Amino acid sequence: MSQFTLYDYVLSGNCYKIRLMAGLLNVAYDTVPVDFYPGLEHRGEAMRALNPSGTLPVLVAGELILSETQSMLGWLAASFDRSGMWYPVSDAGLHAQVLQWLGFSARLTASVGAARLNAMLDWPTDIETVRGAARKDLDELEVLLTDRVFAGQTWLVGDGPTIADIACFPYVALSPDAGFEHDGYPAIRNWLYAVRSLPGFVTMPGIHPLHELREAESDG
Amino acid sequence: MSRAYALNDWYAVADAQVLARGPRRTMLLDQEVTVSGTTDDLRVIDAEGSAYPAQFRYGHVWTSLGDAPRPLFDIPEADEPGRRLVPCGVVRVKCSPLRAVENFLDIAHFPFVHTGILGSEPHTEVAPYKAEIRDDVDEVWATKISFYQPQAAKSAEAGGDTQYLYRVAAPTTAVLYKTCPPKPEAMDVIAIFVQPRTETECDVWPWMALYDDVSAFAGLVQFQQEIFLQDRSILENQRPVKLPLDPKMEIPTRADLTSIAYRRWLKSKGAFYGALTEDA
Ligand SMILES: N[C@H](CCC(=O)N[C@@H](CS)C(=O)NCC(=O)O)C(=O)O
Ligand SMILES: [Fe+2]
Repeated sequence: MSQFTLYDYVLSGNCYKIRLMAGLLNVAYDTVPVDFYPGLEHRGEAMRALNPSGTLPVLVAGELILSETQSMLGWLAASFDRSGMWYPVSDAGLHAQVLQWLGFSARLTASVGAARLNAMLDWPTDIETVRGAARKDLDELEVLLTDRVFAGQTWLVGDGPTIADIACFPYVALSPDAGFEHDGYPAIRNWLYAVRSLPGFVTMPGIHPLHELREAESDG
Repeated sequence: MSRAYALNDWYAVADAQVLARGPRRTMLLDQEVTVSGTTDDLRVIDAEGSAYPAQFRYGHVWTSLGDAPRPLFDIPEADEPGRRLVPCGVVRVKCSPLRAVENFLDIAHFPFVHTGILGSEPHTEVAPYKAEIRDDVDEVWATKISFYQPQAAKSAEAGGDTQYLYRVAAPTTAVLYKTCPPKPEAMDVIAIFVQPRTETECDVWPWMALYDDVSAFAGLVQFQQEIFLQDRSILENQRPVKLPLDPKMEIPTRADLTSIAYRRWLKSKGAFYGALTEDA
């Protein structure tokens, strides 16, 4: 049974966060494709009535209308994850770290996400500033993930995957679309691989299924 | 770099929507150009203010930088009543414009790159088909192609064998005709109009002329964009970046019949912009 409606654009990394989380939690939903590009429909009157800030995705579940991916991920985990693993709110420290990473995920949208839209769709942006921020964010993530590896950990928070991983995954995985390859980021590569191996993982354009990754690596 | 042949071809440099939003400053064959005006009063000028010919066709603004442009190719289906004309925006790809066309002609990658849409395992085999250079029209054609597809089009309700026909109308323009799921006696038309910015970077304008009265416009566009963006990362990673035209330059593992005909045709014409060749 469909649990929510996602106003969706197939190339959007933010919409993909929700498709991915729903896939991992095995939650059924409906999509309404929005002509984000080239039509800029998300900025039109009808979409603004739903989400005045004019961004995608928008999630609608009954009376509930959400327009920030952080809140959507939290809602999905709180509603459909009986294990409590994806959003560990009962531990104050873990909970706070998840929120910290959700903040970081918004930075990735503004840096890597914007650089990607510019590289792919010639989307107007202050490209030098945005590219600088993207490089800085990826470097920062690499350092933090390296610390996690030294601590014997795979995931961003605690010892299992959380919505923090799902919030940060898309734009890091898609950074090659903007010319930021993963070659110099071994810890990031490991972590991306771990996310891609999760049962229920779904792909999007620019993120190939794991069998291709394996083939590419054994070729090279 | 050899622009000689390329200069006299026509290239899409804007669509109606882009034009309506104001002037588009862009690059064509290593040259800056600005497109402005309306669909029936077009202006294409370079950085020095010199004007170039322009025409509006197939939903796009076309221009040519040469002194003796060849005629713009014909896509007669564009004028057939009942078809929905769907411009899909523009996507920038850091690859040779010729590689973008060659990839569009390749069926063998469908099950691996467009998994679950244009192909699926184990249906990976491409049955024998025919590829030829048609001298009378000076085009490359590939015919008698049949391939199993899980979802051939937005309008497809189930998987099935799809018949294909490919046509390279100009070095940077490829058109395909494929079985139209809701109207099996007709064929859908999908084209890519490649705007070569440089020899290693292009803007690609996908365009469709479909029989589909049901799907919403946004759904049609996203179906095509999803497919095209699955190719983008692969295109950006092909090496060498330029398309090798001399047989010994690249091990022809990937190269299928259409690709071989396309490369031969480019070489015979001297269409070397975006190519790697000993002749250039
Ligand atoms: N609301 C934030 C940001 C979402 C966001 O920036 N989405 C992009 C698409 S990926 C967007 O709608 N951009 C609007 C625009 O640039 O016009 C979130 O949900 O995380
Ligand atoms: Fe493809």
